[in-house]
Amino acid sequence: MKAARLLACVIVVAVCALSLGANWLAPAGYAKQFRELPDAPPSRAHLLGTDEVGRDRFARVLYGTRISLLLAPAAALVSTALAALVGGLAGYVGGVWLRMARAFTDLFLSLPWLFLLITIRALLPLNVSPLVSVLITFLILGLLGWAASARVLSTSADALRNSDFVLQARASGLHGPRLFLIHVLPNLKPVLYAQFWISIPVFILSEANLGVLGLGVAEPLPSWGSLLRELEGLISFREEPWRLVPLLLLIVVMTSFQVLLSNEEVTA
Amino acid sequence: MLARIARHLAAIAALVLVGGLLSATLVRMAPGFDSDERELDPSLNADSVQALRSARAGEHNVLHFYASYLRGALHGDLGSSHALGQPVSTLLRERWPVTLRIAGIGLLLGWLLASTLAFSASLWRRPLYEMFGTTLSGAFLCIPAAVLALISVILNTPGYLAIALIVFPKIYRYECNLLVKAYGLPHITAARARGLGELRILAWHVLPVAGPQLIALAGVTISLALGASIPVESLCGLPGIGQLAWQAALSRDLPLLVNLTVLVTLVTLLANSGADVMIHVLKPSER
Repeated sequence: MKAARLLACVIVVAVCALSLGANWLAPAGYAKQFRELPDAPPSRAHLLGTDEVGRDRFARVLYGTRISLLLAPAAALVSTALAALVGGLAGYVGGVWLRMARAFTDLFLSLPWLFLLITIRALLPLNVSPLVSVLITFLILGLLGWAASARVLSTSADALRNSDFVLQARASGLHGPRLFLIHVLPNLKPVLYAQFWISIPVFILSEANLGVLGLGVAEPLPSWGSLLRELEGLISFREEPWRLVPLLLLIVVMTSFQVLLSNEEVTA
Repeated sequence: MLARIARHLAAIAALVLVGGLLSATLVRMAPGFDSDERELDPSLNADSVQALRSARAGEHNVLHFYASYLRGALHGDLGSSHALGQPVSTLLRERWPVTLRIAGIGLLLGWLLASTLAFSASLWRRPLYEMFGTTLSGAFLCIPAAVLALISVILNTPGYLAIALIVFPKIYRYECNLLVKAYGLPHITAARARGLGELRILAWHVLPVAGPQLIALAGVTISLALGASIPVESLCGLPGIGQLAWQAALSRDLPLLVNLTVLVTLVTLLANSGADVMIHVLKPSER
């Protein structure tokens, strides 16, 4: 199992490094059109061929990977921070605030995740610049994905509020934000880390879902979602197997995350 | 028991009402809500454009819209869809059976596949079975729901198969953990040592332990299947509730979207509460 985890770690690091080196590995960039070569098969110049408007698919995969792999953790950070704010504080304060926070999270959790995500993304402007579309997509993921983590954090903070050491700190005269920041928040760290790591693969998959439905990152900027959308025009898997590369890459990275997250220290 | 059911119903009513209001507020605040594409039609004269504007005037104040929507809903009138030009009740009546069929068969197949693999892995405890189940579920867990729907279109397979493969890995992982834990309990080892048959062990000792959590899981998977029906129905061209939700969101159809949010929230909460009540009936000590 240790070897599997090491391999998973190497894969994630290697994919991240490759995506960060996209400028050198694919100097043509993700948007340059080779108009004389639309839908070209793989060649020495274009390792994964070109798409229907003649853009180098290898470059698009590298740049798309960079966007998906860098922004999913950013969205996870936003959602974990929100969860800490809503769940952690409500659990620490307790009483009516805890009940209200739980009712609010229940409301969020009572709607299927995909329904909530797709509906809200569709309500926001779609004909925006690529950069704004990236921000909207990942901000939505971060702002909507906090409920499950908040539920876990409120339970943990509630347990901490009634623990002996917090009681002693209170008896020593520590109250309010200082007690929360000095004694409660540091003890919530393991739960916060776990929620952060668990959110990353969820957000990667969610962005891919949005992208396939045409609600993700706007053209010409690539992401795993928009790259997977290319599968829509596929008639058979045998004809152009190289078009499956983004999907295979996604599966490999997600499997690596699964192996890494099976670590008891992370999931505890 | 009655008090428990009443508590659940009160919570469901409150959450559904708040959910509907939030949905209406979000649609109202969405950029471009005030503009109607039909106003751009050059064949319409000023009176027609004015008539279109006054038809939507009641939706500008969210609270006013929601109050009149609730009043209408109490009398069976769910309003009319702007985008599709039909009463919402007719649309829901036409589309609901499609989603019910696809999500129902998908859930059934997903549970069947997951349970077969989970029971084989936990009953015989051969590493090969467990590895096969874990690898298969892991692979499907890594594929986005929308991609599974696209693959279903490419391979020309029915949409419910995509839903089955979307819910299968989540069911398998949880079910397998539950069963492995249940089979590892000391009283099951004792029952085996006394020569009890595997079927009797399963029926008398394993299912009573894992049953309540499996029922709770069944409630959760209904919500999963409903969520999965949106990409599946949209990409496979199936005229169900999922496709309707997709169309309503894209066209910012306030009456339709509020009704769909209320419906989806209601079904999800009823499924979860139904599972909770069932657990209480079967095992009153479990909570």
